[in-house]
Amino acid sequence: MTGPVSLEKIYAPSDDIVAREIEGEIIIVPLTAGIGNIDDELFTLNETGRAVWKLLDGKKSLRQVTEELSEAYEGAEIDQDVLGFVSELAKRRILVEVS
Amino acid sequence: MGYVERISSDKFERWPGKASMLRRLDFELTERCNNNCIHCSINLPADDPSALERELSAGEVRRMLTEVAALGGMEARFTGGEPLLREDFEELYLFARRLGLKVMIFTNGRLIDRRLADLFAKIPPLIPIEITVYGMHSDSYEDVTRVKGSFAQFRRGLELLRQRNVPFAIKTALLPPNREEIDELESFAADIPWMDAPPQRVVFLEKRCRRDDPEKDRRIEAMRLSPEEALAVITRRADRYRKEMYEFCGKFLGPPGDRLFPCGAGHGGSVDAYGRLEPCLGLRAPELTYDLRNGSLKEAVLDFFPRVRVMRASNAEYLRRCARCFLKSLCDQCPARSWNETGALDRPLEFQCSLTHLQAQWLGLLRPGEHGWEIEDWPSRIGHIPRENPSCRL
Ligand code: SF4
Repeated sequence: MTGPVSLEKIYAPSDDIVAREIEGEIIIVPLTAGIGNIDDELFTLNETGRAVWKLLDGKKSLRQVTEELSEAYEGAEIDQDVLGFVSELAKRRILVEVS
Repeated sequence: MGYVERISSDKFERWPGKASMLRRLDFELTERCNNNCIHCSINLPADDPSALERELSAGEVRRMLTEVAALGGMEARFTGGEPLLREDFEELYLFARRLGLKVMIFTNGRLIDRRLADLFAKIPPLIPIEITVYGMHSDSYEDVTRVKGSFAQFRRGLELLRQRNVPFAIKTALLPPNREEIDELESFAADIPWMDAPPQRVVFLEKRCRRDDPEKDRRIEAMRLSPEEALAVITRRADRYRKEMYEFCGKFLGPPGDRLFPCGAGHGGSVDAYGRLEPCLGLRAPELTYDLRNGSLKEAVLDFFPRVRVMRASNAEYLRRCARCFLKSLCDQCPARSWNETGALDRPLEFQCSLTHLQAQWLGLLRPGEHGWEIEDWPSRIGHIPRENPSCRL
């Protein structure tokens, strides 16, 4: 399922990648072909990305995710960050829409 | 704002203090091979019953792979023998990839069929597959492998990968049947889109690394190049070689002292087909192995490897020469090769010593007759490596 990212949708890590947590960093390793542009490409997330990633469990909508995050990061532009992050990863097939 | 950053796994250690405990573990999945190469230092027949009985089970390999990932490792190397001979190769490969490991595969390519090529296309190893080429024609190839039909199978494997855009690289061992084909091999390699350098080639043929076959060792020795012939091969692309060496020498040359492993062995490791962990691929000295069947990788990394890393050489000749030799990093003498050749870990090796001195003369680091262990002003020699003219300018 694809389409514009919205706060009402639910996202989860794709089966096409393996996400590993090493020393506090999240490393995304492509499993299937075509995730990265080059063959040995891996991805890592910035701090905002890590915070969002940990909440994307395939059950919570992005709105629920933003609500949880706004408790921890008061005053930040949470909605925009979550939408930006999910769009970027969905484009790369690292995240997929589950509903 | 970018939330995601692309990295290549060799850069993973760039975060200060966050180096994984073990970057890569090599798995020599089997010592068996479907070739019977004239120079091979490891191979047993494909159906060797004793090897089959003793090899690690799939479950044991899976357990070790899981430990690699748990320790933050990024890669597993599957080699052999011929790793594709194992019936559970596909299972182990998928298991490693699903743990988020990259898989480096060393193979002769003969067993790459449509099904396996499709698998690599769908779930790529993330590291180009390394295929050894034993000759550019069926005659030369099969004079090395001693298996009829092996050349056609190898070429088919290569083409299946190429058709599916699965990255691979080729390499070779220089042997009497294929020595005249090096230009042809390099032209062939130049057409492989994933290769940006000429193929690696083994110029020094290793003896049996289990020290198990003196007769075969004699045959291997008889096929070796002389140091002068090896130098001619190494320097055949003179400009490229000089440029690489100029950078290398500036960074790495200098006397190593009596540390046996100045290379830092033990930051990775190699598990042989029977579960014995060694600090590097090819180092078979029994006193340097750790039994992974009865221990954990974590214990090996935390306890066994550090003990290996601080080992010191004691042989008087080694201490007189290698420990004081500023060319040590240029030289292929190492504990593994020393053990294969002599049964001891710390012996100067005459072929490597001669070749290194010839290279040093060629690069302008030494005058004829000088020795690497006698040069007090070695830092100034490095500063004088000529960039253009290969003859000695000292
Ligand atoms: S060049 Fe000779 S002395 Fe120097 S490290 Fe090599 S074997 Fe030892």
